[in-house]
Amino acid sequence: MSTTKDWLLDDSPASRLQANLGSSYRMLRTLMRNPLTVIGALILLVLILAAAFAPWIAPYSPLGQDLGARLLPPSAQHWMGTDELGRDIFSRVIYGARITLMIVALVAVISAPLGLLIGAISGYFGGWTDKALMGVTDVFLSMPKLILALAFVAALGPGIENAIIAIAITSWPAYARIARAETLTFRNSEFISAVRLLGGSHFRIITRHVLPLCTSSMIVRVTLDMAGIILTAAGLGFLGLGAQPPLPEWGAMISRGRTFILDQWWVATMPGFAIILVSLGFCFLGDGLRDALDPKQGGKE
Amino acid sequence: MTGPLLEIENLRVSFPTPKGRVDVVKGLSFTLGRERLGIVGESGSGKSMTGRAILRLIRRPGRQSADKMIFDGIDLNSLSEKQMRTLRGARISMIMQDPKFSLNPVMTIGAQIAEALKTHERLARRDVKARVLEMLHAVRINDPERVVGLYPHEVSGGMGQRIMIAMMLIPRPDLLIADEPTSALDVSVQAQVLDLIDELVREKGMGLILISHDLNLVARYCDRILVMHAGEVVESCAAADLHKASHPYTRGLLASVPKMEETRDELPVLDRSAWSGT
Amino acid sequence: MSAIVLKNLDISYGATKVVWDVNLEVAEGESFALVGESGSGKSTVLKAIAGLAPDWTGEISVLGQKRGHGVDRAFATRCQMVFQDPYGSLHPRKTVDTVLSEPLQVHGLGNRGARVKDMLAAVGLDQRFRFRFPHQLSGGQRQRVAIARALMLDPRVMLLDEPTSALDVSVQAEILNLLKRLRREQGLTYLMVTHNLPIVSFMCDRMAVMNKGRIVEIAPATALHDGRFNDPYTQSLYAASGGNPDRKVTT
Repeated sequence: MSTTKDWLLDDSPASRLQANLGSSYRMLRTLMRNPLTVIGALILLVLILAAAFAPWIAPYSPLGQDLGARLLPPSAQHWMGTDELGRDIFSRVIYGARITLMIVALVAVISAPLGLLIGAISGYFGGWTDKALMGVTDVFLSMPKLILALAFVAALGPGIENAIIAIAITSWPAYARIARAETLTFRNSEFISAVRLLGGSHFRIITRHVLPLCTSSMIVRVTLDMAGIILTAAGLGFLGLGAQPPLPEWGAMISRGRTFILDQWWVATMPGFAIILVSLGFCFLGDGLRDALDPKQGGKE
Repeated sequence: MTGPLLEIENLRVSFPTPKGRVDVVKGLSFTLGRERLGIVGESGSGKSMTGRAILRLIRRPGRQSADKMIFDGIDLNSLSEKQMRTLRGARISMIMQDPKFSLNPVMTIGAQIAEALKTHERLARRDVKARVLEMLHAVRINDPERVVGLYPHEVSGGMGQRIMIAMMLIPRPDLLIADEPTSALDVSVQAQVLDLIDELVREKGMGLILISHDLNLVARYCDRILVMHAGEVVESCAAADLHKASHPYTRGLLASVPKMEETRDELPVLDRSAWSGT
Repeated sequence: MSAIVLKNLDISYGATKVVWDVNLEVAEGESFALVGESGSGKSTVLKAIAGLAPDWTGEISVLGQKRGHGVDRAFATRCQMVFQDPYGSLHPRKTVDTVLSEPLQVHGLGNRGARVKDMLAAVGLDQRFRFRFPHQLSGGQRQRVAIARALMLDPRVMLLDEPTSALDVSVQAEILNLLKRLRREQGLTYLMVTHNLPIVSFMCDRMAVMNKGRIVEIAPATALHDGRFNDPYTQSLYAASGGNPDRKVTT
């Protein structure tokens, strides 16, 4: 065990692989030292496991109605009670993890790279490119996110896919702004000039040198934003414009439970807890990542 | 007026690292009269930390301790932070490396110098103004009336540094600590600024501690020199005797500086293994 | 053939002109210094030759070929630059190996592993350093990596922008020795910007003194021995640098 550790922490690694693994290992160690980060990572791990093994974990079908067992309070049989159609809320929350995870993953996959690329190009070239791209970005930024998403969903039609597209479209400008700001701090630095003098193309500089430096702050930002994305998705679901019944989306579940909130509190509260927990998990992890992704951190070992 | 101005014995400054606390200044002792002392060393030698420690300016998580730290009969170790603050600036001043970071960008130069004076002395407004102008004149600023109204970004680096000196000297301190006061400046300005410090120090009979990495510069402007390496003083000698230095580190440093009339084909390189483990 | 020829070179940043009418000829294999204080335009001249300050008029030729205003790939194999700040000139997330392989990749050159190893040996870095990140290196080691990167494409002309001003004197000596040895071994031409006159005396054959964007004097480096300069600005610069304390008798 200690030999693997020594190998990873070796000050003079013998291969590219060892150097990269070593720096990842150092980062992991910094991450693990922060208890909140570990809690956040655990929450997300549980979320992923729940989504992956939903059919095995959930005791009932998420859609199966049992009108004889309507609105039962939490008990040994129904851990989180049942809703107005007699569906087991625990099972629905577990299946809902799949939808939440899908939303989060798709939004991250669409909007983060888009924002990153636009921001990096804008910051690197400057001048008219910058003005044009940032103009578009500002137009998007100037409108409230949820309202803009609402407008898109209204135009595209309600549904989970359209909700994801709408959220992705509304969240990239923030990333573009960050990537641009980050790029501006080192666009005139000597290591960029050095690559230009070596004959490196603009494409190469952006993809190999500028983007890798923006990604760490981007990962942090996206992780911290995940909570917001989940909430927006839930908000759309709540307004009936996101996931459509009978899909067990958490926001939509809260919306349905609203009618019974005074007498059957669990119907709305249980998915609400799930949202809070997962959002917190992303926030904790994001904070930890921010500390660990600082490139100078590795040297302090 | 007898006795040394500053007496320091076994000064230690330490910082925490993942491997435990590491001393960056390891038991430094010296006494200073009303003279000019140079502290020379390379980066990481602890020379700047020494300067800061005298003013008790080591920030957490750094820690400093000393068996004896006496300034003009006052035991610096026993002073409270508040008493220390009244001492700083008024009796001991410090000039930092880069004027751009030491001047407040949204205050005029006149206001900043006046503030340095007002925090330590109570004077009528007219007297304050007179002192400020007099001081600017003393640091050879040609038309002080105009400069008083300028903001820091409107002056050049050399003038900025001279303004810093004016700020530091206006409360008439007894000891001036100059930490690389000219390394951000051009050579011609460098000489002017150092000549100025030198002249003011001699005139007012102050003590000066000049901290620098440049051996020749320190030799030119100081009476006595301490050479620091890895937190310890390896050599202490009169400036005039620098070329007779005995420690291999000092000799190595002296030899590795290129000369105006360079005939050597290769510069001698310090053999670090000769006196330290690393 | 001259390594670098500058004719009537004027350089601007935006609307402000910073360098006026520079004429200069550096012979092949020569080590030439551009000396001046901050704001004298010496670094700007270097940047214009490298292609990083594209707003100029006049003529720049390197090794007999006229240079365009942008950065071009063919030029990269003839002329390279070493920057002043060893902390800013290396990408913080790339290992030494990646930094040194990059020029080879850009120009499609093979046998990268062996070339990187040879170059590390040439600049006096142990092979242990090959897969380290910049934050695991000292200032002097970083500057060696930067020199190695510039030499990867086998250029004939090297532009050096104050390569040792950010280093301690003892490390400075090592880097200067290295630069001198590399020039001797590979027959390089150096154009070096510096404000430090003794370095010129050690490294260079000739020097041009710049003041406020113009060249005021071109002199052999041996003029530093006795301060025999014609221009008053050069004389004052020489005096401010301490003159030559080894030679007390002035003629």
